[in-house]
Amino acid sequence: MTGVWIVLEQREGSIGRISWEALAAGQQLAAQLNLTANAVLIGSQTESLAAEVAARASGKVVRVEHPLLAAYTADGFSLALEQFFRADAPDYVVFPHTYQVRDYAPALAARLGQVLIGDVTGIGEGPVFTRQLLQGRLNGSYRHPGSGPCFISVQSGAFRAEPVAPDAAEVSVFTPVLDAAQIRTKPGTPFRDSAQTVDLGSASLIVSVGRGIKDAENLPLVQDLATALGAELAASRPICDNGWLPMERQVGSSGQTVSPKLYVAVGISGAIQHLVGMKGSQCVVAINKDPDAPIFEVADYGIVGDLFDVVPALTEAVKAAKQ
Amino acid sequence: MKIIVAIKQVPERDAQVRINAAGKWIEETDLQWAMNESDAYALEEALQLKEKGGGEVVVVSAGPERVGSTIREALAKGADRAIHIDCDDLAQRDALSVARLLAEAIKPESPDLVLTGLQSDDLGYGQTGVILAALLELPHASLLLHVEQTSTGLHVKRELEEGWFQNIELPTPAVLTIQSGGSKLRYATLMGIKRAKTKEVRRVTPAELGVPPSAVVVLDRIAQPQKQKSTQILPGSPKEAAAALVEKLKFEVRVL
Repeated sequence: MTGVWIVLEQREGSIGRISWEALAAGQQLAAQLNLTANAVLIGSQTESLAAEVAARASGKVVRVEHPLLAAYTADGFSLALEQFFRADAPDYVVFPHTYQVRDYAPALAARLGQVLIGDVTGIGEGPVFTRQLLQGRLNGSYRHPGSGPCFISVQSGAFRAEPVAPDAAEVSVFTPVLDAAQIRTKPGTPFRDSAQTVDLGSASLIVSVGRGIKDAENLPLVQDLATALGAELAASRPICDNGWLPMERQVGSSGQTVSPKLYVAVGISGAIQHLVGMKGSQCVVAINKDPDAPIFEVADYGIVGDLFDVVPALTEAVKAAKQ
Repeated sequence: MKIIVAIKQVPERDAQVRINAAGKWIEETDLQWAMNESDAYALEEALQLKEKGGGEVVVVSAGPERVGSTIREALAKGADRAIHIDCDDLAQRDALSVARLLAEAIKPESPDLVLTGLQSDDLGYGQTGVILAALLELPHASLLLHVEQTSTGLHVKRELEEGWFQNIELPTPAVLTIQSGGSKLRYATLMGIKRAKTKEVRRVTPAELGVPPSAVVVLDRIAQPQKQKSTQILPGSPKEAAAALVEKLKFEVRVL
């Protein structure tokens, strides 16, 4: 079954945007290498989803189906896909870089003697796969010179999900041989810790604060700026981990995804996990003392300087402008 | 429980990194180093489990001579002993190759639990723990904020995307990867630092572990990222820059 195989992820009966992006990335790779692009859906009762995929996919669509795959487990998913990919080795396997994929794809690749090239942001001639290093400060180019399938996962937002001309892909079913005893973990139902009372997703102006603020005592400085602008206050992960602001104000892969008209990043270096949560913002302003901080890669306007000087000056200027 | 914690030494968060002459990795001389953040949380989780249920905490770390300082830090915080896998080609090895080194060092210890951070702050593969589980043929759970020992094994809290969580039950022995922020990190006490000097650090080489330097995937070249947007840097004093920004917010972004 050579070619490029894209493994789509479903959550609560639907396929997320990042999976469609992975499909687009896989199709781009297939076109580049003159291979077919096929899709895999793993779970139980994925019939209607498969029809949705078939409308967007060009090659084959295979449902890897088993009652033991109804709830996600790393054991179940890696065993099932190992059997599927062993049956006839693919050239490339493309995943969306989700928390679920991070939990099982490295083990699946290892079982086949392979290594996942994770969190890919670009695919070049060769193919060469680009991913970020050192929290986004540098990019690394990776190759897979060996034989056997090459596994990659693509970063959220790195590829544009496009509906392709429907070719009426053919759907088939692969039934792995699984035994309940092989699944060693017992997953509970996903839950939220508390009702979210702050909806950053609908905020049009956001001022967000990161490690650069150094201490909880300094937060009023940033709160003042947010108040002056009429913006919601948000934060990067370390601020919420320290308990300086509640978790519900966290922007990033483990927090909220936002797309305001204005996002002011104060003392945020711009690790990938943060960027994926805010790079949809229409205008990004970065205030940081490090001119090489990755946040400047996505910023429209930047001020390189000490936030303890810049933020109070900005608050005053905003107040003056509003009078 | 006998708990092994795999820790990595990485460049300090604010360290200025330069690309080396070969263009394949960073210049390692004159860099400040620190314990990888999520590994520090894995160590904290291990020390807390030991405080509650007794047992032993063994740290294992791969890297050159300099890794010794991070190992000492872990011992000073309360780990009982350490295994140092002496190798200077970590950045050239892929995640499978590094996990093999760790797996071979861990196997003879027959631990009840193997903990590690979810991701390194330098290469950021985020795969070592999960591959380690596959190599050791143990069940695993990743991205955990909380670990509790139960009568039948472990009860863990896993982080999912966008503010969701999930509880998972799994038997021991197991491999767990720990997310940053689940608990508060301790500092080494003066007594701890003193006692660390007398604790055992066993050194082994990749050759002794029988793991050749192999890579299925190759890191070919590293480079400065290309800007996704053209950033307009507003120069001048804080006051001047602030005034220039307000002009932009008023007339171009139109949010004031």
